[in-house]
Amino acid sequence: MIENFKASWWKFLGILMLLYVVAGGLLFEVPQLPVIRESIRNVYFHVGMWFSMMFITFAALVFSIRYLRYQRAEDDLRAVAAVKTGLVFGTLGLLTGMVWAKFTWGQFWVNDPKLNGAVVGMLIYLAYMVLRGSVEELEKRARLAAVYNVFAFVLFFVFIMILPRMAEASIHPGTDGNPALASGDLAPMMRKVFFPAMAAWFILAWWVFSLYYRLDRLRHQIAELTENY
Amino acid sequence: MGISSVLALIRKEASLEWRQKTAFGGVMLYLVSTVFVCYLSFSGIIPDRTWNALFWIIMLFASFNAILKGFIQEGSGRLVWYYTLVPAQVLLNAKIIYNALVMVVLSLLGWLVFVVFMGDPIQNHSLFFTGMLLGISGLSAVLTMVSAIAGKARNNFTLMGVLSFPLVLPQILVLIRVSGAAIQGEALLSHWQGLLVLLLLTGLGIVLANLLFPYIWRE
Repeated sequence: MIENFKASWWKFLGILMLLYVVAGGLLFEVPQLPVIRESIRNVYFHVGMWFSMMFITFAALVFSIRYLRYQRAEDDLRAVAAVKTGLVFGTLGLLTGMVWAKFTWGQFWVNDPKLNGAVVGMLIYLAYMVLRGSVEELEKRARLAAVYNVFAFVLFFVFIMILPRMAEASIHPGTDGNPALASGDLAPMMRKVFFPAMAAWFILAWWVFSLYYRLDRLRHQIAELTENY
Repeated sequence: MGISSVLALIRKEASLEWRQKTAFGGVMLYLVSTVFVCYLSFSGIIPDRTWNALFWIIMLFASFNAILKGFIQEGSGRLVWYYTLVPAQVLLNAKIIYNALVMVVLSLLGWLVFVVFMGDPIQNHSLFFTGMLLGISGLSAVLTMVSAIAGKARNNFTLMGVLSFPLVLPQILVLIRVSGAAIQGEALLSHWQGLLVLLLLTGLGIVLANLLFPYIWRE
């Protein structure tokens, strides 16, 4: 029990922080702004989803580069696990965003550069999964997927820099180029929930990632064992 | 190595293409049929914005067809042989340049077919063709790289579309914007930012492809 706790204290910390975020996020005082009103509380959840997605897909990039350098199967498994986690958080980010958009802008979807950029990001990682599914050989699959991940990530980053500057205006808050780093105008009273919320979502993302990784590694080991029969 | 082997490889691609005219003919026929279907379904009346979007979407699909066969056509045996002859980057750059040439030819022919069936709304042709040239070189870099990946997997054509759509979107959007300005008859340099972005994307695509291609290539 004690041993378990030593290895996984950060998970307990994450759970406690998330409990605080959910309670504080729904109960603490927030600024009363026109149109947005109480829906501003979604900042703690919606922004957290996209931050976590960026964090974990950046980790996927690092794992892919490491795979290309050292050719270790573990790095490839870590990259997939990170991409899967990124897709989970991206989907949640889209859903929380759509609900928010419905109540503030009146529609589930608006034609906006930041929203379109988010879709392109999701498409890239879905394409990554499709690519993996289309290659049988393990080593070749890992290599092609890693190359695509690096190639796509860099182009995507340039893309989300360019796209908002090409559009006339954006309805989505945030400075040019980066929709999520808009916390400069965050009200001081929201900071005591916002910063713990971001940390808590990062911890959760890392936890989900490690679960995916362990599962995939076991599957990989089973495949290797049965291959020799 | 260097430029002479790149040129030799481009010449090889061109003569292979010339010997199997049906492949390029197939892409041409695809282009003409698609434009004709659009002509019939729009009953010939089409606003400028639609002309613009249709043109680039049709060109994109025709380019998928034309570029994808580049890596599949050559069996893995022949690729290994090239490997012993030239560094990976030489082969890649030859393919990028050759594919860009093919796309330029395709786009010019596509533009002619469009003019015949749907009229020519473009007022500033120099801006249109400059944008086309810059856009195509960037598209060629990205599509060549993706075709090298897709060529090693199953379901090549689907994969080619799925993998490259999110990556070519920036180029396509900037291209549509630039050629939209050309349709409106704006001056060549009024959209220099768009042209610059296309140039930068081309450079980025080529650099990334050169860095990553050696990893795909190894068998």
